[in-house]
Amino acid sequence: MKKLLILGAGTAGTMVANHLSRRLEDDWKITLVDQHETHHYQPGFLFIPFGIYGKRDVIKPQRDFVPPGVEFIVSPIEVIEPERNRVRLTKEGRYLDYDFVVIATGAHIRPDQTPGLAEHEWHKSIHDFYTLEGALALARHLRAWPGGRLVVNVVDNPIKCPVAPLEFLMLADWFFRERGMRDRVELIYATPLSGAFTKPIAAKHLGSLLEEKGIQVVPDFLIERVAPDAKKIVSYDEQEVEYDLLVSVPLNMGDEVIARSGLGDSLNYVAVDKHTFVSPTHPNMFALGDAAALPTSKAGSVAHFAVECFAENFVRYADGLEMLHKFDGHANCFIESGFGKGLLIDFNYDVEPLPGRYPLPGIGPFTLLQESEANHWGKLMFRWMYWHLLLKGKELPLPALMSMAGKWQNN
Amino acid sequence: MTTRMISGKTVQVNEEGFLLSPDEWTKEIAIEIAKEEGIPELTPAHWKVIEWCRQNATNGRSPTLRQITAGTGISTKEMFALFPKGPAKKVAHIAGLGKPEGCV
Repeated sequence: MKKLLILGAGTAGTMVANHLSRRLEDDWKITLVDQHETHHYQPGFLFIPFGIYGKRDVIKPQRDFVPPGVEFIVSPIEVIEPERNRVRLTKEGRYLDYDFVVIATGAHIRPDQTPGLAEHEWHKSIHDFYTLEGALALARHLRAWPGGRLVVNVVDNPIKCPVAPLEFLMLADWFFRERGMRDRVELIYATPLSGAFTKPIAAKHLGSLLEEKGIQVVPDFLIERVAPDAKKIVSYDEQEVEYDLLVSVPLNMGDEVIARSGLGDSLNYVAVDKHTFVSPTHPNMFALGDAAALPTSKAGSVAHFAVECFAENFVRYADGLEMLHKFDGHANCFIESGFGKGLLIDFNYDVEPLPGRYPLPGIGPFTLLQESEANHWGKLMFRWMYWHLLLKGKELPLPALMSMAGKWQNN
Repeated sequence: MTTRMISGKTVQVNEEGFLLSPDEWTKEIAIEIAKEEGIPELTPAHWKVIEWCRQNATNGRSPTLRQITAGTGISTKEMFALFPKGPAKKVAHIAGLGKPEGCV
């Protein structure tokens, strides 16, 4: 019996279990481990602060997505021991041996890494929307908030879903306008990057979007600390930005088990080949999804496309054959821009987001780098696709590798 | 995409003057770009950072500031003193690596 062990049952891990349980023969045993019983639809967190989604829209029992024949163990993971091809679980100190291991333990926010952030004002005047609890607390806060300076601050990159902070601001502009209080709200985006848009073509097409919505950008702002009582954020070069409500995107890091196992970089991400996801040090180890140190976005769409490439490759690899598919870093993200509209971006390791039309039989085309109502509905429809098709490894009409079809190349 | 002459060598650069190919980089180019970035002289501390970044660049991308401070032992405050205003971006520029950027 050959053993495949999957660590983490988020988007990537759950998809790997589903794709491979169908592809691998009966002489394989697949085990999936996660510390939680429930699965969160993380892209939905963005909508919770504005009352568009509630808790029940983004949470389901993990067991609904575990395919027959796959063992599902609920336990934290103590340590990965690649030299001995085994993993020790926290629960009962149990050991799990493997022939192959897939690390899909994700990335988490770490507000503890910024002084002043997660102290006595946390979830009072300082909030996050990258956790379910954080998004729900922020929703409660916004319902009664009288207005003032709302500052969105990204602590450092890389972060999960890098467009979410911009989406949050654009939805906030819509939300406060709908409530007739936009004139009492200042919206400020403090980012460590040199601007809200850093890719030349996206910057050209979207550069004016934030200005039109009255969102101020504070570029090159690398936060050192929060002064929670003075209600200001302070950068390493002594810039200060005052706030009444701080919505922080804290530092993102890979899981602590990666650090405990000595497998990560300084942010606990696992180095792997960017086309095949194989570890350069352990040929029977892979990392997928947000846990992997890849030069593309940490996003569900990347996990989705990556797993499709990986699943086909793995069956050959386990038989000692060459891997045929090379992942290209493909990402495909709807960006909410408020007022029932959205944008769509589609890119990979080599091609930056381009304008044009994204073809999708029956439903599309969707406009690329340009607002449309169809993009907004595409984003909302995606939740249904996620629960019913994507996690279960069913066929979606989206190609895993990026295509240039519909994209305009003279920009 | 354009080319420009830096320290007697023709290299390919993007609109903001970042080298497109890290292989075209030389120490002389670094000294020249540092001057344009407002750093008149590169001290051993500057070079330590630049060389560490070049050794630890993945796929031509400069490491993040957090990776640089963890890897070199130089604090973030010192990084701001060495490369004022946006040290990650300045180091990337001087070291001939890609600009730190988001997905859009």
